[in-house]
Amino acid sequence: MAAASAVLQSEWTKIRTVSSTVWTLASALVVTVAMSAALSALLNATFDDLSELERATFDPTFVSFSGMVLGQLAMVVFGVLVVGTEYSSGMIRTSLAAVPQRAAFLFSKIAVAGALALLVGMVTSFLSFFLGQALLGEHRTTLGADNVLRAVVGAGLYMTLIALFSMGVATMLRSSMLSLGILVPFFFLISQILSAVPKAKEVARYFPDQAGSKIMQVVPEALGSEKAPYGPWGGLGIMLVWVAAALAGGYLVLKRRDA
Amino acid sequence: MIELEGLTKRFGAKTAVDHLSFTVRPGVVTGFLGPNGAGKSTTMRMMLDLDNPTSGTVRIDGRHYRELQEPLKYIGALLDAKAMHGGRSAYNNLLCLAQSNRIPERRVGEVLDLVGLTAVAKKKSKGFSLGMGQRLGIASALLGDPEILMFDEPVNGLDPEGIHWIRNLMKRLAAEGRTIFVSSHLMSEMALTADHLIVIGQGKLLADTSMADFIQRNSRSYVRLRSPQQERLRDLLHANGFVAVEAGGGTLEVDGATTEKLGELAAAHQIVLHELSAQRASLEEAFMQMTAGAVEYHAHGTDIHGGGDGPAGPRWGETFEGV
Ligand SMILES: Nc1ncnc2c1ncn2[C@@H]1O[C@H](COP(=O)(O)OP(=O)(O)OP(=O)(O)O)[C@@H](O)[C@H]1O
Ligand SMILES: [Mg+2]
Repeated sequence: MAAASAVLQSEWTKIRTVSSTVWTLASALVVTVAMSAALSALLNATFDDLSELERATFDPTFVSFSGMVLGQLAMVVFGVLVVGTEYSSGMIRTSLAAVPQRAAFLFSKIAVAGALALLVGMVTSFLSFFLGQALLGEHRTTLGADNVLRAVVGAGLYMTLIALFSMGVATMLRSSMLSLGILVPFFFLISQILSAVPKAKEVARYFPDQAGSKIMQVVPEALGSEKAPYGPWGGLGIMLVWVAAALAGGYLVLKRRDA
Repeated sequence: MIELEGLTKRFGAKTAVDHLSFTVRPGVVTGFLGPNGAGKSTTMRMMLDLDNPTSGTVRIDGRHYRELQEPLKYIGALLDAKAMHGGRSAYNNLLCLAQSNRIPERRVGEVLDLVGLTAVAKKKSKGFSLGMGQRLGIASALLGDPEILMFDEPVNGLDPEGIHWIRNLMKRLAAEGRTIFVSSHLMSEMALTADHLIVIGQGKLLADTSMADFIQRNSRSYVRLRSPQQERLRDLLHANGFVAVEAGGGTLEVDGATTEKLGELAAAHQIVLHELSAQRASLEEAFMQMTAGAVEYHAHGTDIHGGGDGPAGPRWGETFEGV
């Protein structure tokens, strides 16, 4: 068994010496913060145009994370590329020849990439929150208010889990293009569309992004959204199950299949 | 020392490696020869535990590859020159590998120097030529200063100077007592480097022999004759117990004779000779005959091939040359 610290160090070198790490993580941060800020400002300006229900369930915290819809896609790309480039470059064979223990290889990679995603996710969520609140004017909330800190920390966790889920999927599919081709439309279109279709939304609310994003809401049925059969932590738990399943699947594929 | 025992790999209906058993010994260069698609690369991937064998085992100094601690210190391999991340510099690609096996960082500079890539160490490896990529792959194999080295077609894409360099490198490494296992589909190349020879065709072991033995057994020598009086010459040879075979271009080939003897015989009967030369069939031909046999055996054997596989897989030298 190769020493765990050595493999971690190696994976850290791998991740910091490719340019895609910087541009995907920077995009995740910039896109989320900028879009959240823009929507916060917009809602502040048009607050009076909102329906009564929307005004009653107005959730300034959740509003300041509205850019996450787009920003999470950059996290998906980050997660996919961390694993996928091993396959597209052919590096996987060199990597596994150096670290033949599949679990040590995969979970070191995921630990390093996950830690980096967590760091960027937290910075993004706090920035998004503070900037969003500044732009929400009189409708703002504060970090000290009930459940707000949970939602802000939760948003950072959500971004991390999105990245981890993508890593698991890419390990199962062993291809960046295929993984992106499935995950991007799934998170950006399919999940969003299904959540608006009457019967389908009963299922869609158990999708990783739908369930996980509950953690970012402070007001239970924020902005007139529907009541979910789980709470914020329950939702994050559902997402966690998805992530665990994707990673376990990825590990099994890596272990069983020829490199 | 690498020991293979009944190693078999099937891809669906296709048997790429078929009950291979042989041992690669230290201190010599062992050539691993076979036509395209013979199963060389698949065998090597199984040796490194990248592909799972359908059955059989590979042992590296008595142990399974997955049990090796820091395997780069035991065995270094060049499988595919492009098996690096193109967006990373040559130096960083090697650094990742070194760190995973706790190989000191200064070794990265050393091996880059050894393969002559110091000047481009900080360049992204995707801009590398095939030859430079090959050198980078060789550098990664040497990184852990391993006792066992494995190269899959290392001369691929190298220029004559590069080929010369790798040949000498392999000989030097073997002379240091290391185990060198190198694949090729060129017999001529192997004749210059290898001390021992393992030949496979259609995944089956065809020969496991020392190079010297192989040369001795397989290099046919004969005499080539050309004469304007070909009919008379042939009758004369036959009358004297030589078998002359017509070989096109008005030449005759005679096995088991010397030029002196045939020259004197022709002179005694006043036959004009335009050519009288000693010939040696190349090892390449011997190798082709050997592997062509394997292909034929397979085609007429009891193995049932599924459709679309062609009658017997690629024949040596037919279409795949100069890739
Ligand atoms: N992943 C795979 N899936 C299906 N068939 C495969 C796979 N890898 C190899 N093969 C088949 O196995 C056989 C052996 O291939 P292999 O690459 O080992 O040959 P080789 O001796 O290295 O040939 P070459 O000299 O061309 O490199 C070929 O018929 C090939 O098509
Ligand atoms: Mg090959």
